[in-house]
Amino acid sequence: MELRFTDEERAFRQEVREWIDANLPADTRERMASGRTPTKAMQVDWQRRLYDKGWAVPHWKVEWGGQPWTAIKRFILSEEIQSTPAPTPLGFNCNMLGPVLIAFGTEEQKKFFLPKLASLDLWFCQGFSEPGAGSDLASLKTRAVKEGDHYVVNGQKTWTTLAQHADWIFLLVRTDPGAAKQQEGISFLLVDMKTPGITVRPIITIDGAHEVNEVFFDDVKVPVANLVGTENRGWDCAKFLLSNERTGQARVGASKERIRRLKLIAKEAPGGARPVMEDPRFRSRLTDVEVQLKALEMTTLRVLADENRQLSRGKPNPASSVLKIRGTELQQAISELYVMAAGPYGLAAPNDPEADGRNEPDVAADWQTLAQATYFNWRKQSIYGGSTEIQKNIMAKAFLGL
Amino acid sequence: MDFDLSEDQRLLQDSLSKLLKDKYGFEQRKGYMASETGWSRDVWAAYAELGLLGMPFAEEDGGLGYGAVETMIVTEQMGRALALEPFISTVVLGGGFLRHGATAAQRAAMVPKIAEGKLLLAFAHTEQQSRFDLNDVATTAKKDGADWVIDGRKGVVVHGDTADQLVVTARVSGARRDRDGIAVFLVPADAKGVTRRGFKTSDGQRAADITFDHVKVGAEAELKGGLALVERVVDEAIAALGAEAIGCMEAAKDLTVEYLKTRKQFGRPIGSFQSLQHRAAEMMVCLEQARSMAMLAAMMASETNDAERRRQMRAVKVEIGRNARFVGQQTVQMHGGIAMTMEYAGGHYLKRLTVIENMFGDMDHHLAALSEEGGVFVAA
Repeated sequence: MELRFTDEERAFRQEVREWIDANLPADTRERMASGRTPTKAMQVDWQRRLYDKGWAVPHWKVEWGGQPWTAIKRFILSEEIQSTPAPTPLGFNCNMLGPVLIAFGTEEQKKFFLPKLASLDLWFCQGFSEPGAGSDLASLKTRAVKEGDHYVVNGQKTWTTLAQHADWIFLLVRTDPGAAKQQEGISFLLVDMKTPGITVRPIITIDGAHEVNEVFFDDVKVPVANLVGTENRGWDCAKFLLSNERTGQARVGASKERIRRLKLIAKEAPGGARPVMEDPRFRSRLTDVEVQLKALEMTTLRVLADENRQLSRGKPNPASSVLKIRGTELQQAISELYVMAAGPYGLAAPNDPEADGRNEPDVAADWQTLAQATYFNWRKQSIYGGSTEIQKNIMAKAFLGL
Repeated sequence: MDFDLSEDQRLLQDSLSKLLKDKYGFEQRKGYMASETGWSRDVWAAYAELGLLGMPFAEEDGGLGYGAVETMIVTEQMGRALALEPFISTVVLGGGFLRHGATAAQRAAMVPKIAEGKLLLAFAHTEQQSRFDLNDVATTAKKDGADWVIDGRKGVVVHGDTADQLVVTARVSGARRDRDGIAVFLVPADAKGVTRRGFKTSDGQRAADITFDHVKVGAEAELKGGLALVERVVDEAIAALGAEAIGCMEAAKDLTVEYLKTRKQFGRPIGSFQSLQHRAAEMMVCLEQARSMAMLAAMMASETNDAERRRQMRAVKVEIGRNARFVGQQTVQMHGGIAMTMEYAGGHYLKRLTVIENMFGDMDHHLAALSEEGGVFVAA
């Protein structure tokens, strides 16, 4: 057992840090540091830089642009990106669709899509959820009927994150409604968002942001060549994709950065007789979250260090289930601490120049107006990507045999 | 970064696990607990034979030169078995004071005896007013020529009733709560002026209330290091206790899951109820988070930057305490009435975990100190 980073790993961390410092545009850094999500242009520009450096998709196979790195080295890169903070490579492209195409795609699909996914020349969004299918994903109803060399898609997707930015969508559709089990008869399609018959309608979430959308499909023609894997076996791709999500979801690096910033903010934040940070109740809550985050950091490293053996064993490390559950709980707990630090000035919602028709300075500091918005927004984390309850169902079944 | 055990470490784990399976059935344990010492001399001899009692000492002192990872392996297994023997008192705490504070001559005299199972130690520190503060020492040691004279009273000296030598903290200068002026002494338990009253702890182990009334020891009885030595050794004990808690938690979780599968209510196994499934899953989350911290503790135990080591150990103690409490409580809750009885192992895990939670600082103690010290992640 050796729990320290090697000299080489430490040197690599330094290299990454210096490269990010030299390459991250100032406006992107500033926006990220304030706790906002990057604009589309910022995301595209930054991922292009990572791609040119060879760092956008290090976890992919080397022949498709990956790096022959250990899991720990990949972790270091991702942690440094999160803790700067800089935008992380788009998950839909790099962590979801890319690995699915590498595992299930045709040669043509790989050659055409993989470089564009890695460089973000094409922005993909994820068409899984439907209005009637929440955590019970396999109950989806969007239909695709094969007509000659096309599928004709009809139906509706929802919660489609950043569909407003997307060039393409990867889609789960029902191709055989008569299949014996609901997981059967599903197929995985890639669809150009410019195809006639697609309508994107914004959903405004409780934080006031436009992040997710409804996407409607009305007789949308999709070439059969855009089927990934085998027809009616799309669930295999979906399961594969979902099982790849977990280590990323802990987002320890991002949480560490949020805590570091909160400590600086709370030192100045007015708290009546003394700054918020000097209130022992607040500080103790903050420290308690840090302690749990430290444990999660160690758990993440355990899962990563175990990754190679895990593949050969064919079953996941039980510690990996912890990552989604505790990772999201802690991100949410940190967002609560920001709300507490902001206090009454946290009541002020951020200005929305588009809706208000004017652009005035906020009455409160940036972090104060964002505190509650972020808190509201982050309630999503324990719902998406397999809710906490779904994770526990999985654990009870897979690890405890209940 | 490698969380695997080496071949030798796995061997150690296996052989101790086998020994404890053999020696630590529920009824056997009850017998040890009811005996005069409160633990088993036979099992202690078996530990010695396995080499466990000399493990952390340097080879030149008569030990095996093993590190904190091996200690973690051992105490984890002991936790699974709810073992009662004074391993942490003698080897980790007593041994720690010898390794870091004693002279080569002292180590040469004592280590071989410890390794053979012939010498028992206990750490006499806690006082009625001190709660968890290591710097709060009212017991005094005053110079008398070249000798020291110790006066004071130490409570809850775990395994203090059977120990041959006591490691005693006493104040040689300053006010009661000063960090400076604390010294550490080796005092024979049968020295003139030492009075011991043994008692049972809430988990069925043994401890002693010890009075020191003009106890005279020679100059060589003082170990080097003062409070920093105490903190270093206590941190090693926190790591060992943390691993013991992991063993308890894992065994408690296994017992509970097995019960959920076999216990039938309303015509089906209670493990088919989702509310219990989710709580069992949460137990597992708690166990894995705690295990991560036990591994961190094994790594940090040898950290030479005192402030950094203290900080991480505080985090370890908090996180293991939190998760141990959940697992212990839910073991009883999910079993129902059966785990409320002394005749079932479930409740004994809760008892041991509660004792561990309240040794060397509870969650609030370490959280408060840790936030004073700037938290876990201190800006570089």
